[in-house]
Amino acid sequence: MRATSQGMDMTADKAADAFVEFERVQKSYDGETLVVKDLNLNIGRGEFLTMLGPSGSGKTTCLMMLAGFETATHGDIRLDGKAINNIPPHKRGIGMVFQNYALFPHMTVAENLAFPLEVRKLSKADIETKVGRALDMVQMKAFGGRRPAQLSGGQQQRIALARALVFEPELVLMDEPLGALDKQLREHMQYEIKHLHERLGVTVVYVTHDQSEALTMSDRIAVFNDGVIQQLAGPATLYEKPENAFVAQFIGENNKLRGRVENIEGSHAVIALDNGPKVKALAVNCGGIGKPTLLSIRPERVILGPEAGETALKGRVVELIYLGDHIRCRMEVAGDDEFIVKVPNNHAHAVLQVGEETPIGWVVDDCRALDAA
Amino acid sequence: MAETTTETTKNAPLLAADGTPLRRKLEQALFVSRMRALGLVAPLLAFILAVFIIPIVYFMIQGMHNPVYADRMPNSTPILQAWDGQSPVTEEMAEAMVKDLILTRDNREIGRVATRVNQEFSGARSMFTSSARKAERMEPPFLEALVDADKDWGKQEVWRAIKVAATSWTPAYYLAALDFQYAGDGSITRQDAERRIHVALFVRTMEISLIVTISCFVLGYPVAWLLAELPVRKANLLMILVLLPFWTSILVRTTAWIAMLQGQGVMNDLMVFTGLNQVILQISMLFNDYKDLTVSSLCGIDVNAALGSIPAAVEKFGASPPGTLTRCGAEILAAFEQGGESGARSHAEALAASAQRWGYGDERFSMIYNKLGTIIAMTHILLPFMILPLYSVMKTVPPSYLRAAKSMGATNWTAFWRVYFPQTIPGIGAGALLVFILAIGYYITPALVGGQDGQMISNFIDFHMRRSLNWSLAAALGGVLLIIVLFFYWLYDRIVGIDNMKLG
Ligand SMILES: Nc1ncnc2c1ncn2[C@@H]1O[C@H](COP(=O)(O)OP(=O)(O)O)[C@@H](O)[C@H]1O
Ligand SMILES: [Mg+2]
Repeated sequence: MRATSQGMDMTADKAADAFVEFERVQKSYDGETLVVKDLNLNIGRGEFLTMLGPSGSGKTTCLMMLAGFETATHGDIRLDGKAINNIPPHKRGIGMVFQNYALFPHMTVAENLAFPLEVRKLSKADIETKVGRALDMVQMKAFGGRRPAQLSGGQQQRIALARALVFEPELVLMDEPLGALDKQLREHMQYEIKHLHERLGVTVVYVTHDQSEALTMSDRIAVFNDGVIQQLAGPATLYEKPENAFVAQFIGENNKLRGRVENIEGSHAVIALDNGPKVKALAVNCGGIGKPTLLSIRPERVILGPEAGETALKGRVVELIYLGDHIRCRMEVAGDDEFIVKVPNNHAHAVLQVGEETPIGWVVDDCRALDAA
Repeated sequence: MAETTTETTKNAPLLAADGTPLRRKLEQALFVSRMRALGLVAPLLAFILAVFIIPIVYFMIQGMHNPVYADRMPNSTPILQAWDGQSPVTEEMAEAMVKDLILTRDNREIGRVATRVNQEFSGARSMFTSSARKAERMEPPFLEALVDADKDWGKQEVWRAIKVAATSWTPAYYLAALDFQYAGDGSITRQDAERRIHVALFVRTMEISLIVTISCFVLGYPVAWLLAELPVRKANLLMILVLLPFWTSILVRTTAWIAMLQGQGVMNDLMVFTGLNQVILQISMLFNDYKDLTVSSLCGIDVNAALGSIPAAVEKFGASPPGTLTRCGAEILAAFEQGGESGARSHAEALAASAQRWGYGDERFSMIYNKLGTIIAMTHILLPFMILPLYSVMKTVPPSYLRAAKSMGATNWTAFWRVYFPQTIPGIGAGALLVFILAIGYYITPALVGGQDGQMISNFIDFHMRRSLNWSLAAALGGVLLIIVLFFYWLYDRIVGIDNMKLG
């Protein structure tokens, strides 16, 4: 709960001091389909904002419009209050990290880092100190004389990061910068980038399709699908209070039960499940009475056994997977046998058996009635 | 198990499962696969050896070894070789010569011998053949008899020339290829100034090759870039256009160039029609205001026409007209006032001589049958050899490099020059080396459109192979050319590094 409120606060005050603004931005490559549809997004100064979404949802396009490599078909993009639609990329002063790092292969690491400083015509001495500092920052002091090809993937990643930061831009864009790394290194680099962001206070716009990466690193996450921001919120809000079925599905694991709205009582709704009884749920995005809806319940919020309480349904255990800290229990609930429950591995829980029927339930507010997409 | 393995490595060589040492076993296995590989390439190796390596070696040797004389003149050859070239010609030498002349006349080899000696000393052919006819009836003293037959036999330098011809192994041809003269007494001197043609020809060959290479680069680089950037379908279309020269007969292409570039050709017509020729002339005049070359560029090759054009020019432009044509005319007029008609004529001739390479007659440029024509046609033909390696390299440079550079504040130009261009250097190197080496030995195009000053070294080699039949000199010229090519290859390796080359 605490994390949630913090996320909400940040959303409020960061957006007020908008550093980057997308206003009604549209983008089409071919004149037939819109790749980005009516994008409105404010990014606060010093914020770490992640664009998260499946491949092809328009994240890179948004980033490229911000960097100036693509022009918006319609709408305004403002940086620090100034419209930048007509400013060429090299005058925007935005640092970028690319997925393939784009380190110049014919230059040494130090020359790569010196490049943005040289084009800014800094003095030799200044360049040297700044390059040294940047190398220090990513703990690569000893590698200045090497060529990019002589570095491992993780090291190249660090150099790319240092190069995007060395000229002290106020805004850094990263397009799936960790996509080429293996899992362990990726997790390590996530923390490193996060700490760098905290230390330097730059604004970061980060693109990824990996939801756990987004949750780990971001102040706020904009979930993209099909060229539209589905939800913009802090990680905790996004996970715990998804506003539509896409977000609920895309972020974390989710149980869905299909039904129809039968009645709405204040902030709650009574839903008739397609293959089962009526349940009560939080009416988030479910439309009026009679409309189809999708109920979303996180697996770890499902309560098994006698404590299941008032909304109790019956569930039959189909499969049990032992995962150490918890047991993953697949059940058949209301005709759907993909219902997952994460049972904590502690003494309080009775040992389940495959085929066993048990009552299941949840706190009403944990069950969210969303659009039936 | 692990223990036994470590022990064996310490004490004895590792053994394979059947007990033979592992190293031997591996060598056997490798030998078999190597033999198989050799067997596969053997036909190609034999082919290359037979049609490439052996002829080249043979040809290079021919540049140093010419036994035509020594093989056919057995009596005089050893005596001439023993002669120091300084002391007077002896009766013994003359007697041997007469014997040989009789011998070669009888077996009808005298013509070849005479040709060989003629290469060293022109006039030797008739001297040999006529003397050989009379040799049967010659009586001692033979030296006087020879001088009676042809008084050239009395000259010592003639005998020295014969001595050179009698030496089978000789540096004379390679020296001649470099404009040096090798005399019978072993001295090496520079060729007479007016006969030094080879070095100048090598220089011109390299100059043309260099210009062609640079033109190919300048024209090819943007095309290659376009090929790499365009969407696949358009790129393929463009690629076909690029490769078109490969698919057209060289004669058709060259004829097309002749039609385009000749005096009454398309390009000249177009320039006259648009007035571009005047612009070009004015500009060139601006740059070379006081140089004969440009001042006279309009007066053309035909001196009479130049003299005749003066009234027309005055009529056209008025009394003090601004154009090149009339400047030229004014000069001739001034010369006429000073030196009469002969003065005007000689001045016009001088102007015309220096104007030949620029244009003739009525303000048209000669762009074919000269160096310019060779350069244009060769650039066209060799362009794909520059574009293809460039394209294949550019294709591998991801666009994100340019974007990265620009995001860091580089302008388009800086991004191109500091980031994109350096990464295309392997392609530039490969293309330039390819074009240059192909150009330096190019034959057919200069032969067809080269005229006088567009000839290259290979045309001379051809001349000596087919016309003068001086194969040894041809071989020596070819040898020098080969050495130059190898030198450039070495230079390239030193500067760019041959392993940096990307051909495709
Ligand atoms: N240069 C381009 N030309 C045409 N279509 C493009 C181009 N770049 C991206 N697209 C299309 O735009 C959509 C969004 O792409 P992109 O922004 O790269 O998505 P993401 O980064 O979220 O994977 C995709 O359908 C893609 O095919
Ligand atoms: Mg992308």
